[in-house]
Amino acid sequence: MLLANEEGAEHAVHAAGWFLEHAWLIPVIPAAAFFLIILFGKRLPKGGSEIGLASMIAALVIAAGTAYQWIDLVGSTEHAEAVITKWVWWQAGDTKFTIGQHIDGLAVMALLLVAFISTLVQIYSTEYVRGDRRYTHFFASLTLFSSGMLTMVLAPNMVQLILGWEIMGLCSFLLIGHWWEELPNAKAALKAFFTVRTGDMGLLVGTAMLFGLFGTFDILDINEMAAAGEWHGSKTLLMAAAVALFIGCIGKSGQFPLHTWLPDAMAGPTPVSSLLHSSTMVVAGVFLVARIYPVFHVGLDINVAGSHYNLIAIIGGITVIVAAALAFVQDDIKKVLAYSTVSQLGYMMMGLGVGAWTAAVFHIFTHAFFKCCLFLAAGSISHTASHHSFDMKKDMGGLWRKLPVTFAAWFVSTLALCGVPFVSGFFSKDEIIDSAHAYDYTTFYVVGIVGAFMTTAYMTRATYLTFFGKARGGAAHFVAGEHEDEGAHDEGHAEAFADEHADVDHQIHAHAHAAHDAHDAHGHDDAHAPAHHGRPLPFAKTDSAWAITLPLLILGFLAIVSGYLNAAPFHIEKFHEWLHSSIGIELPEAPKFEWGNAAPGLALVLAGFLVSLYISKAVYGEGASPLKGLTKRVKVFGAIHTFLVNKLYLDHLYEKVIVRFVAYPLSKAAYWTNQHILDGAVNGVGIAGKKSGQFIYKYVDQGLVDGIVNGSGTAARAAGGELQPVQSGKVSLYGSLLFGAAAVAAIVLVLVNS
Amino acid sequence: MLLASDVVVAQNVGFGIIAAVMVIFALRVVSSSNVVHAALSLVMVMAGAAALYVLLAAEFVAVTQVLVYIGAVMVLFLFGVMLTRAKLGKEGDLNNKNWGVGIPVAILLLGVMVYALGDGWGRTKIDATGGSVVSTTAISDLIFSPYILPFWGLSFVLLAAVIGAIVLARKD
Amino acid sequence: MLVNQFLMLGAVLFCIGVYGVLARKNAVMVLMSIELILNSVNINLLAFDRLNGSIDGNVFALFIIAVAAAEVGVGLAMVLLIYRNRKSIALDELSEMKG
Repeated sequence: MLLANEEGAEHAVHAAGWFLEHAWLIPVIPAAAFFLIILFGKRLPKGGSEIGLASMIAALVIAAGTAYQWIDLVGSTEHAEAVITKWVWWQAGDTKFTIGQHIDGLAVMALLLVAFISTLVQIYSTEYVRGDRRYTHFFASLTLFSSGMLTMVLAPNMVQLILGWEIMGLCSFLLIGHWWEELPNAKAALKAFFTVRTGDMGLLVGTAMLFGLFGTFDILDINEMAAAGEWHGSKTLLMAAAVALFIGCIGKSGQFPLHTWLPDAMAGPTPVSSLLHSSTMVVAGVFLVARIYPVFHVGLDINVAGSHYNLIAIIGGITVIVAAALAFVQDDIKKVLAYSTVSQLGYMMMGLGVGAWTAAVFHIFTHAFFKCCLFLAAGSISHTASHHSFDMKKDMGGLWRKLPVTFAAWFVSTLALCGVPFVSGFFSKDEIIDSAHAYDYTTFYVVGIVGAFMTTAYMTRATYLTFFGKARGGAAHFVAGEHEDEGAHDEGHAEAFADEHADVDHQIHAHAHAAHDAHDAHGHDDAHAPAHHGRPLPFAKTDSAWAITLPLLILGFLAIVSGYLNAAPFHIEKFHEWLHSSIGIELPEAPKFEWGNAAPGLALVLAGFLVSLYISKAVYGEGASPLKGLTKRVKVFGAIHTFLVNKLYLDHLYEKVIVRFVAYPLSKAAYWTNQHILDGAVNGVGIAGKKSGQFIYKYVDQGLVDGIVNGSGTAARAAGGELQPVQSGKVSLYGSLLFGAAAVAAIVLVLVNS
Repeated sequence: MLLASDVVVAQNVGFGIIAAVMVIFALRVVSSSNVVHAALSLVMVMAGAAALYVLLAAEFVAVTQVLVYIGAVMVLFLFGVMLTRAKLGKEGDLNNKNWGVGIPVAILLLGVMVYALGDGWGRTKIDATGGSVVSTTAISDLIFSPYILPFWGLSFVLLAAVIGAIVLARKD
Repeated sequence: MLVNQFLMLGAVLFCIGVYGVLARKNAVMVLMSIELILNSVNINLLAFDRLNGSIDGNVFALFIIAVAAAEVGVGLAMVLLIYRNRKSIALDELSEMKG
């Protein structure tokens, strides 16, 4: 059908330029590559990674061309309109469901970003997962993921957006659970999937409500009508739709209180964390809010005089603080970064909540580079220096001299993340905080600068633990192995690792280790020592292979310079110009930058650095200090520490309380029903219950069920087990159920229609 | 002189008789405790159906019904009964243990259908006197031009059924 | 004549057939009950044909008769096979599908 309609779309080409008209190719290429990898990947010399990489590069080239032509278009016309191409996908009655592209500044920015980050991550992955047992599948999933994200980004309507959104959800499940043989990974994958799905209910309900309110799925029309106030229904309905949609964004973007899946999702390979859980997938929620911003802006009364709070800003603000606090007690370097991501996503949401649209979108842009860089640096450390461990306290420390490139990339990215002046994060984050102040959202201004303080504090701690102080555990072996040649060094690696392995397993973070143990083990099986690592860059011989360090260098560079696209202190507003036309509403002018306004935030950043450095040195350093063991001696600090380590007990709430008191009674009720009401109708339900029960049971058996799911699994299993006699295997009973159900359905139809 | 109203009355009377016979024998089919009696009752139902088809001016279908159902299918059934050595006399347990479930289900279905039909068609009349008997020529024209593809499909189904039946029933 | 006379008769036959399918244990009896159901459908088709003055229903009825013949042939062959393997054609003893 698509092909048939293509000609129709062809003659719509006007002066916009080839790339702008054909931006829809960007997701199509990786999607095609996905199938090629699945079909032929295993037979290719590089296991299919070359197809994935080639497709991403092709997508990147088209995205770059699109961006170039878009900038050209914006420069040449006063008000650049979105380039929209649509084909009818399917039709129900008079409602046409289209598929196509909606290219405007926001879409172009996201396309370029996603294609670029995906390309770098794929390069990185060729080294990082080399020799993996499911190498081909890894690249297939990664490519399909990129395709899903790109599909979502250029969606001209909500239906296509949901399509891309769900492809991403599926791929994140596959990728987080990539090493599914280890139980925690499988659990983390399911947890991520189901938590996000919980939020997705909101997205579906919200989309349906939008259709009811506006009579269309087209994003452009929705935006225009929402901005103009032309919807069928009351304001309350629009608010309800906005809230429902936002619940979807909460799930996807890991906002409080559905953020618990994101740190667990670090069980996936590091490139996955870097791509999905820092710079693309979790940004989808923020992107959705930015995409149909007028709905939220009008529905939630953003920027209305006298309103100092709204749902988006509140959720964002809570997330900023809570996640930053949680980041402070993590020992796993990736979890620090995960909470940091959650916190930064909170900033973006908060920015959107206070009406700083451009600043929030700009923060998406800059954050992608430096957070991706941080994750890849963490991966580089664990890959090369710490025996595939991510535990900062056990296996890192004193690495900066041995990993110069990684350290440099990490360092500039940390600066960017903390919002140190003249690095990218400063320009975007400071503008969000500044806007909150200027638009009269004082609470969120305070939240913003406190968040900046906390960000600096936890990043200082992480940096200190990782790169400075005494080398510990795996890092100690690595630093000591200086004089050995490559091959021997690697052998030492494997042996030392085997020794270590046993006692590490008992630790709190045992699951992360277990996950990476296995990875490590097969890595060494397949290609012993020298072949295992690629060639490092010539000027950093002890650092990771070039495929790892090169992306780090590129991203580190961008972490510094990307901020200058919209640098308020230097009156550069390029980014704002290019993106300006993407929303159909007038937002308040961006506040004028003054160093005086930024000063409190910067002072707090400095304070955060100093305080954290002092504490880190005292607690983790070698000298004796009164601060050591403070959490054990002072009960209050101990309690706070425990509270944070247990992630605010939210997981306990979800798993213990909700599952036990909601799902468990359900299963009991099902049991009772079965015991007492043995008639055909109930039995019909029982068969359905049993079917799902069996399905889930299979996965319980294989250990693939997350705590939350456990509840529903138990419920279904209990119901299924108890209703098993219904599956008598007797045709006559099945027939009774069939005809009985048909009769009941017919009665319902008659009643509905009469 | 034969009046149109007389024809209608005659048809209604005929319908009543045929319908009564069909329902009674249909009930016997599902309630008889003797397999052979059930099969013979089924013959009566088929014959009644053929008569109804004549009443509905579908002669070709009526003839086919007699040839195929009463002629071939019933013989098949009787063979089936014999080959499976079902007792030719009375058999106590032709119904399965859950046979009681069938009654409420059937009554429920009947209730829904009767209500829906009464609601939907009300007192819509068939013009019993007008229109001509459906000619066999017209049916063959229809089968061999617009319905040729389903006809081919049907031929394959029959072929497959023949082969399948042989394969299944062979002794080796 | 009312079209409902035929349709109601069809409905009654259909339900009797359904009851037979559900209640009977003997496989041959179940097949007979299925024939009842098919016949009730045929009556409906022809009644609608008469009502609308079309012929398509006749064609459908013929098709149904042919398919029913095929079904009985295969069905009885299966019954024979089952009988040969188990010395019984009681359907409620066939519970391999039991879960």
